[in-house]
This record gives sequence, C-alpha cells and structure tokens, in this order.
Amino acid sequence: MTTTTTGTRSTAKGATGTAHTRVEGRDKVTGAARYAGEIPFADLAHGWLVVSTVARGRIRSIDTAPVLAQPGVLAVLHHENAPRVETDYVGMLGVPDPTCAVFQHDRVPHLGWPVALVVAETSEQAREAAETLVVHYEQESHDVEFSSARPDAYPADGYMPAVAEKGDLEAELVASDAIVDEEYTTPEEHHGMMEPHAATALWDGGRLEVVDSNQGATWVVGELAKMFSLDPASVRVRSEHVGGGFGSKGVRAHQVAAVMAATVLHRPVRVVMTRRQMFSLTGYRSPTAQRVRLGADADGRLRALEHRSLNLTSTVHEFIESAAGPARVMYDADAHHTANRVVRLDVPTPTYMRAPGEAPGSFALESALDELAEKCGLDPIELRLRNEPERGPVSGLPFSSRNLPACFREGARRFGWADRDPRPGLRREGRWLLGTGTAAASFGAGAGPSTAVATAEPDGTFTVRIAAADIGTGARTALTLIAADALEVSPDRVRVRIGDSDFGPAMIAGGSMGTRSWGWAVMTAATELRGRLALGADIPPEGITVRSDTTAAVGALARKERHSFGAQFAEVAVDVTTGEVRVRRMLGIFAAGRIVNPLTARSQLIGGMIWGISMALHEEAIRDRATGGLYGADLAGYHVATHADVPFVEADWVDDPDPDDPVGIKGIGEIGIVGAAAAVANAVWHATGVRHRNLPIRPDRVLQALPREPHA
Amino acid sequence: MREFGYQRAHDVAGAVALLGADPEARFLGGGTNLVDLMKTGVERPARLVDVRELPLDGIEATADGGLRIGATVTNSDLAAHPEVRRRYPALTQAVLAGASGQLRNMATVGGNLLQRTRCGYFTDVTKRCNKRVPGSGCPAIEGEHHNHAVLGASAHCVAVHPSDMGVALAALDAVVTYETADGPGELPLDDFYLPVGDTPHRETALPQGALITGITLPPIPVAANSRYRKVRERASYAFAIGSVAAALDVHDGSVRDVRLAFGAVASRPWRARTAERVLAGAPADAGTFAAAADAELAAADPLPHNAYKVTLIRNLVVAVLTELTEEATR
Amino acid sequence: MDPASPALSTYSAITLNINGEKHTLSADHRTTLLDALRERLDMTGTKKGCDQGQCGACTVLLDGRRAVACLQLAVAAEGREITTIEGVAEGEELHPVQQAFLDLDGYQCGYCTPGQICSAIAVIEEHAAGWPSAVTDDVRPEAGPPPLTADEIRERMSGNLCRCGAYVSIVRAVARAAETAASTEERRAARSGGSAPAADDKDKGAAA
Repeated sequence: MTTTTTGTRSTAKGATGTAHTRVEGRDKVTGAARYAGEIPFADLAHGWLVVSTVARGRIRSIDTAPVLAQPGVLAVLHHENAPRVETDYVGMLGVPDPTCAVFQHDRVPHLGWPVALVVAETSEQAREAAETLVVHYEQESHDVEFSSARPDAYPADGYMPAVAEKGDLEAELVASDAIVDEEYTTPEEHHGMMEPHAATALWDGGRLEVVDSNQGATWVVGELAKMFSLDPASVRVRSEHVGGGFGSKGVRAHQVAAVMAATVLHRPVRVVMTRRQMFSLTGYRSPTAQRVRLGADADGRLRALEHRSLNLTSTVHEFIESAAGPARVMYDADAHHTANRVVRLDVPTPTYMRAPGEAPGSFALESALDELAEKCGLDPIELRLRNEPERGPVSGLPFSSRNLPACFREGARRFGWADRDPRPGLRREGRWLLGTGTAAASFGAGAGPSTAVATAEPDGTFTVRIAAADIGTGARTALTLIAADALEVSPDRVRVRIGDSDFGPAMIAGGSMGTRSWGWAVMTAATELRGRLALGADIPPEGITVRSDTTAAVGALARKERHSFGAQFAEVAVDVTTGEVRVRRMLGIFAAGRIVNPLTARSQLIGGMIWGISMALHEEAIRDRATGGLYGADLAGYHVATHADVPFVEADWVDDPDPDDPVGIKGIGEIGIVGAAAAVANAVWHATGVRHRNLPIRPDRVLQALPREPHA
Repeated sequence: MREFGYQRAHDVAGAVALLGADPEARFLGGGTNLVDLMKTGVERPARLVDVRELPLDGIEATADGGLRIGATVTNSDLAAHPEVRRRYPALTQAVLAGASGQLRNMATVGGNLLQRTRCGYFTDVTKRCNKRVPGSGCPAIEGEHHNHAVLGASAHCVAVHPSDMGVALAALDAVVTYETADGPGELPLDDFYLPVGDTPHRETALPQGALITGITLPPIPVAANSRYRKVRERASYAFAIGSVAAALDVHDGSVRDVRLAFGAVASRPWRARTAERVLAGAPADAGTFAAAADAELAAADPLPHNAYKVTLIRNLVVAVLTELTEEATR
Repeated sequence: MDPASPALSTYSAITLNINGEKHTLSADHRTTLLDALRERLDMTGTKKGCDQGQCGACTVLLDGRRAVACLQLAVAAEGREITTIEGVAEGEELHPVQQAFLDLDGYQCGYCTPGQICSAIAVIEEHAAGWPSAVTDDVRPEAGPPPLTADEIRERMSGNLCRCGAYVSIVRAVARAAETAASTEERRAARSGGSAPAADDKDKGAAA
C-alpha cells in the first residue's frame, strides 16, 4: 500500500486520522479493478432488457417468434413465461418496489417498465433482438402531472412520521415582525453514477451466485432469497468494486432478470442496463414542491416555522422524499409544523438519492432562512446562531453533539464573510455580477448492525472480512486503518476484504452509515483478536479468527438527536446578459464525527458539495407530458456538472468525535450536498437581487427573472 | 444496432461508387453522431462506407488567398491550424466550443455539417418526430421546447441545428464542395441547408449519394477580427442554447464590414443578413448593435418556453460586437 | 466494388493493434472498439459509462490522440494504434498521470478513472503542442500557447464526467503530472525563461 505517511509503526494508534491513499488505488488507476460487468465467465449469455413504450396500460401480446429466429437468440422472458417470484415480504428497507419483480403480470404502470428480457450469445445479438421485439399494448391514458395543487396528495410516513405539529401557527405568524411565505421547487434528479447497473447470475452446485454492483451484498442476498424463495445461505452475492451508487444500487430489475434467465437457461447470464434504461429502472429523486412559512421577531427569533413538502411516487410503490425533515432538526419555533405528502402518478418509483429529504429540503429551508435574514436586516449566519435549539425541536431529545456554530465561525473566518456587504447586486467584475451565500447543513448520524471477521494469519498479517461496499467512499481504506489501530499494527499488515455476502450480514453503504457501522464491527472483532493474541498463543496454520456482531451494541444506543452538521459557503458570478451562473469558489466546514482518513474524507465531502453545485445549476430531468417518459434521457440531456463547472472547492472540519461510537465516527457520505444548493442560490440572490426558488437556476430562468438592462 | 456491411474507401471516386444510389448506405466519418444514432435506432443503415482515410485531410491556402479545408480534417486539427487561428479565429473558437477533446479528435468537418439535431424527440425512437418519421407529428411544439427554434421553424418541426462550427462557417461565407457520380459540385453554406417547411426530414441540398469533399473559406480580411460566443446550460460539453459568430471591422467609429450568424435558434446555422444590413456603415455602438439584432429577431416566432432566446441572442450580439469594436479600434 | 460483394458480410476478420500488440478477432461490424476490448479481448480497464459519447469513461488513445471507444467501430479501428489504460504504465512503474491520481486521490469510485487518466495524458500533450481551448483568451498563434491554468485543465478535461465529484483532485493531479512533464522538458532544454506556470488552485473559475 502506498501511504502519504512515512515509515511503519509497531504500535499503530494513529493510522486513523492521517491521510492514506486508497488501498485499491493502484488497481483503479491501472484499470485492473474489475467491476460487476467485467468478470469473465465461461459460456456467458447476454441479456438485454426491453422496456415499455407506453406509460400506462396492458401488454396485449409479444411477438417473440421473429426474435427467437434471429441468430444467437436463446430466449425471450416475459410475463407469460418467466419464473414467478414472491413480493409479499418485508426486506431490510421495507416492502420491495415491485419494479424489480420483473415479468409477473401484464400491467404497465409507467413508461420504461421492464416487459421482457432477450437473451443471446452476444450482447450485439441481444441488443438487436431486444430493439426489434414487437410488443403490443392496450394503452390507457396516463397522468404524470406533478404540481403542488394536486388534490389527490396525501400525507405519508416514509422513514419518519408524515406530520409533526406543535403550537398555533397562524397566531404566531400574525404576531411575527417578519414573515417569509414562499414555494420552492426542485426537479426530478437522477443518480447518474458512472457505472451502469450490471449483474451476472449463475447456478453453481445448487447455489445461486450473483456478481453485481450494489451497495450491500447481504441486503441483495436477502431480497433475492425472499423473491425466489431460497434459503439465504444458498445465495451468494459479490460486489467487489462499485462504480458509484448514491442510493440507487439495491435490488433492481437487472439482477432479478439475470437470475430468472440463468435459472431457465442453466448457464451464466449477464444483464447490463443501458444508460437510457437507468433513467426509468433505477430510481431517482422525486421532484418536490415545498411551501415554507417563517415568522420571526424583529431580532430574528423564530415564532413560526412551517415546512410542507410534496413529492411524487409511482402507482406501484410508495416512496417518500422527506424534505420537511430537516426543519425538525435545524430550528425551533413556538409554532412548528412540518409535513411530507405524496401523490401517486404513472411514473417510475423514485428512491433514496444522496441525502434523501435533506438535499431538496435544505434548499427550501435554507433559502427561506436567507430571505428571512434579508427581511430582518440580519446577517444570515447571525440569524441561524440566534435560532440554535437546545434540544430536538420536535423530539425534545438532547443532541449527541451539535457543533453547527463552530462550523459557521470557522467557515466565516476562512471564507472572509466579515467583509461581505449584505446588499445585493453591488459587486461587478466585467460582465459578471458577484455574490456570496451561505447555508446550514445537517444529516442524521446512525449505525446499523454488522458482523465482521478478523483473522490473524500465521505469516503475521491480518485479514478482515466484512460484507461492506466501497462505492467510492474509501470505506475499504478506512476499515483497514481502523483494523490496524485496533490491532496495533501497521496498515500494510492488514488486508480488508469486502463486497461478499459470505462474509456475513452487514449494514449497507447508505444513510451515511456504512463506514460507521462496519467500522464498529471491525473495531470490535480486531480488538478482541488483539486480546487473544496478547495471551501469546501460537497461530495455527488456519489462523486465529474472531467474529463480531454489533447488533446488541447498536441496539443499546440511547435515543438522542444524532446528526452531523455543516456550514456551506459559495461565491458565484452571474452574467446578466446571458443568464450564465458560475460558482467561483466554495467552502464547507463540517462537524461530522471523527475523520478516519482525511484524504478520502475530504474527497467525499467535496464530492457532495459538487453535487450541490450540480443540483443548483444543472440537474433536471424533464418529463414529457404527452408520452409520460423523460425528454432527453441520457447524459447529454441530463446535465451533471463537468470539470469546467467546478471551481476550487474546499472542505474541512471541526473536531467533533461522536462520544457513543467506538471509533468516534458520525458519517460523511451525504452531508456535503446538504445546504450546498441553497448556498449557491443565496449567492445568486446576493449577486443579482433576484431570488431563484425553482431549481436548477438555468440561464433561461435567470434571463427571464432579471430586469432588462440597458446596455452600457 | 442492426447488422450492416462495412467497406473502407481509399479514394473519392471509389467512395462515391461504393455508396452508389443505395438509400440504405451511409458514409462513415468520425462516427461521433452516426454511430450514436445507430445505437439509438434513429439511423439503421444497411451499409457503411468508411471515408475517414480518404486523402481529404489537408488544409491549404487557395489561389485567391482563402483556405480550403478537407472534409476528413478532424475538428481538432481544424481548430489548431495556425492559419485558421490567425485568419478565422471565430472558427477555431466555435470548433473548440463544441463537444469534448475526445469527440473533436474523432469528428470530421464533413460530418459536422451533416450532424443531426439533438432534439430529444428526434433522438428517442419511442416518440413522435416529423424529422425521423415524416408525418408522425412534432410533440416539441406542445411539449418540451425550451431549447428549440425561434427563427425559421415551421409547424412541422422546431428543432435546432447543433453545430457550433457551422455557425462560424455561416458567418464566414463558407462554400461546401462535394463529389457525385456525375462530377463535383458546390453549395454556399447559405444554400446548403434546406428550409424546414413541411419536409423537416430533408435537411440539406446535397444530391443523393454526394460525398462532401471539403469547405472553402473565401479570403475575407474582416474575419481576422472575429469571435464566437456560446451559451449553454453548463460551462462545457453541452450543446448551445444560443450562440453568436461575428466578424467586425470598424473605421472612424463606423462599421466598415461585418459578418454575423446565430446558433441554436434555427434548423440551420442562421446567417443574420438583415442585421448585417442595419450594421453596414452605421455607428459602431451598442445602440446600433441592439437595433441590428432586433431587426434580425423581428422575424422570431418563439414558443411559450423559448422566448428567452430572443433576449439572449440580442444581448450576445451586443456583447460580442462591442468586444470586437474594442479590439478593432485598439 | 460491387455492393453485393462478400465485403458486405456483417462480420470481418480484423486485427487490432492494442498497446503494441496485435490481436486478431472475427468482429461483428456492430461491435464497437469498446465492446471488442471489454467483451472479446478481456481488457476491461476501458469503461462503459453511457455508450453514447456523453461521459468519456471509455477514453482511449487512437494514434496517440484521445477518443471515445464507444463511438469507434472496431472494424474501423483496424490499422490504428490503440492505447488503453492497460498500456500507459511502463511495466510496474505507473505513468506520472496515474501516480498523481493515486497520490492526490483524483478519484472515488474509480469507474471514470481510466478514461480521466487517458484523457489527461492527451491533454498534457495537446497543450504541449500549443493547442488552444475554449477558455483560451486569444487563439491566434501569435499569442503563443496558453499557460496551463486550472481553468484550462478544467475545460480540456470536461469531456470526462465524474459523478462522484473528484474534479478538484483530478485537476490537481493533471497539473502535477503536467509540471512533471514540463520540468523534464525544461531540464532537457536550457533554461530560456517563461516556463509553463502551474495551475493555481485559487484561480477564479468564472471571470477569467
């Protein structure tokens, strides 16, 4: 392993907290790291999904004969001949989205719904056959119209209660000196990870093997076992390298279709989604329509806070984008009302996407705070500091730690906030108007039960096995450092193996909980192993192995408000003649627990902030009302930030170890995006004097919102 | 992608002969657009004639002092060529504003002229599109059209031409040369693209089976003071939502010579001759520039969600011509 | 040639010259260079991100110039020198661009990384050849080659999307590798003043 530290330690308290390059780094820069679709199998057949071209209706018939006659075509699976699967179960994240239970009935609930899988000897043959497969539909009229005025919207819980209310909102608003009452919208957004979903399934000696790209191997095992009525022990899922996940890489149509085909054909079958298919089959972030009402005293103290969010979901599965959630953590008020509602439309099912709830919710809430600061004549940071709650505003629980003020103080100092003239539209540099903005961030800090296996090898090295997933987070490296510290050895004597369900149950890479949950299990196993070795026993040829299970310890955590916090700062330039917005610099200061590996942690936080830039300025999937499908469902039509959109972005942190975690970790996967879009939007207001409450802030929207300028 | 035959041509006459009169055959240049369209099913040729190795990869001075650019010159080589950078800087800027370094290395000048619209209805075979399936309708007019045409469109199609290079070429009076089985021909860029009308699927005036052999740029001194400005929805690697190519010569405060073209506003690079007429001989100031833009844009017929393009182009014209005036009088 | 000739078979026996080695295969004409590498030759370092020329993950070098392998038909790549990520290191010694990505954490999930690295190698060469970019103020040859600022690197690398958002570290890595290349050049040539300035992190993105 290459590290940026020098020398080796005999006792290594301190591998964590210093910068280490990724243990798999060499494999990644040489192309040697193999991702799911890249592991060779003898006798491999290729499956290609066929998706619906109507947004609602029934499959009347499928003309399989001409396609089966094409060279190389082995099978066409569809609702009339595919193996049956079970969907009536509760998995790790609740009931399954039936979108992944492919080919079970003739109903089509959205455009891009999987209707068949064509399997052929080569991918070219499978693709052509899939594209020429004729499917006849009985088309019904569809409804994909999302708006805040939907009468059929209803409150729904998701992963938090739908509604939380205290105090008399209207009375407090009337009594307020300053009021903000605005609607904010965020569009449909897609994960767009660079590696498409891919899986190869095969039966090997009565055992189902799936080589996949996912965020949790044992999670996927659990789902596949339930769907195919198998003993989980007879299913093995491997997922060694994962080309990004961001919430989208769970159980999806491709794994299930691959398992079906491997079952029917008795040979390995690989299914890789096309980029276009990913836009309808792998989830996305629902658009939101959010209304925020704030009422404050003249000194900025909040009397009233209302945050109501609406998102959409499909007709087959309920997913709630809990955008009203952040208000329950961030700010208290005498009257405090929050609600998440949903409307069911003929669209694909949305899902978790990096900071679900917090990302869109913080855009609305933190924009509204900025508007309130303007109305109160207060500095936006001062306004937030005056509204720091003592306890959870809704729960009444104490915070495990809440270092938001420290983040703002450090961020303001480094960003040069004190020199800011709060008046908008004053700074100009050539054709660019300049402005700065800030916003607060929070994201839940949790842990999930995990097991790990630590082995002392006879050659003096150590092997740690855990069904963790490194989706780019640096988890593999972080776990290596945690294990090394627990074992009190140099990290280069520790080999961490991940991404294999045979290593035992473990938390997924999700909810910013992966590394914390796995780190806990790895620390526990490694610490116990060190204790055994301290007894001085000889190491037998098979090594000495210790297994840990954190279920009880995680379950024993006291109920508290547990969150990471952060302060986001952005400077933007706006060309008022063209509507172009460029972010010129960005700084995020976070209180996010103990930082295990500063090198990769910084990358991850900055990556989140870049998502914020992308969310603020670029990302928007446009749903075509007439067809019910997306317009421009590809990476040229769906814009994510490029190199040229991203300036110098800096992330750093204040000391904030979690006292209840054995390693002190809170989790950093998601907080980087939270508040980032609001900081950019607030900076756009500061540059131009115009509020943008509808993301993304596209040039056409900027141009239309600006007063027409006479030309100098 | 369906199966197809592949042949590699080694000379121009051979290429033209290989293609023949087969409507199912296509010339393959860099493939950056054609191969993509074959994957999405928009193009389904039965046969490709690969012309990338034809000896058309040179950039040479013409006898009258212009430049002749071969059809298989890559976008990268065109942009990097010293004579292009010196005498037609807007062309270099336009080419560099398009696509990415990788795609510019592959894409050819001839192919660039023939690239198809990126309208999301055109590129998605599950949707209706008059350009792809004549008579099927144009859903953009009632649907998504914030990056569609405001000039020269029709009730049958409102798609825009995606080329940046073409906008500079339109401003610079480029002439397209081609070869057919019956001999060579040429078309000024103005006449190269057909009006949309009720035949949006017919995009160019090239005869069936013609092979573009190159582009000729006339010697226009004003082009040495030229510029291309492109606005898009991210800072790079995106198609334009509006662009302007302009060349300007100012003498004693008045416009002595000017060329002006707009991108992403019409089914073709839009030569702004009306604006040029307003500019000719007029004072080189922001008022004139705005008036010229307004004169050209008076013909604009925006849809509900693309009217911003009129403002955008107007502002770009003023900004670019102002910059060129400063440079011309420096 | 008669259009009905055997050349119109939909398969061809082709020989591809990859990383200095010849590989002969029978290729379906539909097969892109990307699929030939990944599925026929088991060279999976070149990644498939979009398969449409919209992400840059499949960037390789064709005759020394960067190109996307997904839009390059394999049959049309015959006769060209193809360099993939597997061919850029000198044996065990990483290419300076690879080393810089590794040292500076110029990646996260790693899937766009081979494409970013191949692209960066070409960017440094394109810049050394004096090519301007879309952010070069004055493209006239008399203006001389633009300094390889952070903004220049960003624009030139923009054909390579990274959804993890590793851009900041990637730009640093490209700048470091370019400095290495430049200082190697400089040591070779006698100092004549005016070296290529290093990329400046604090460089303002917009108003340059």
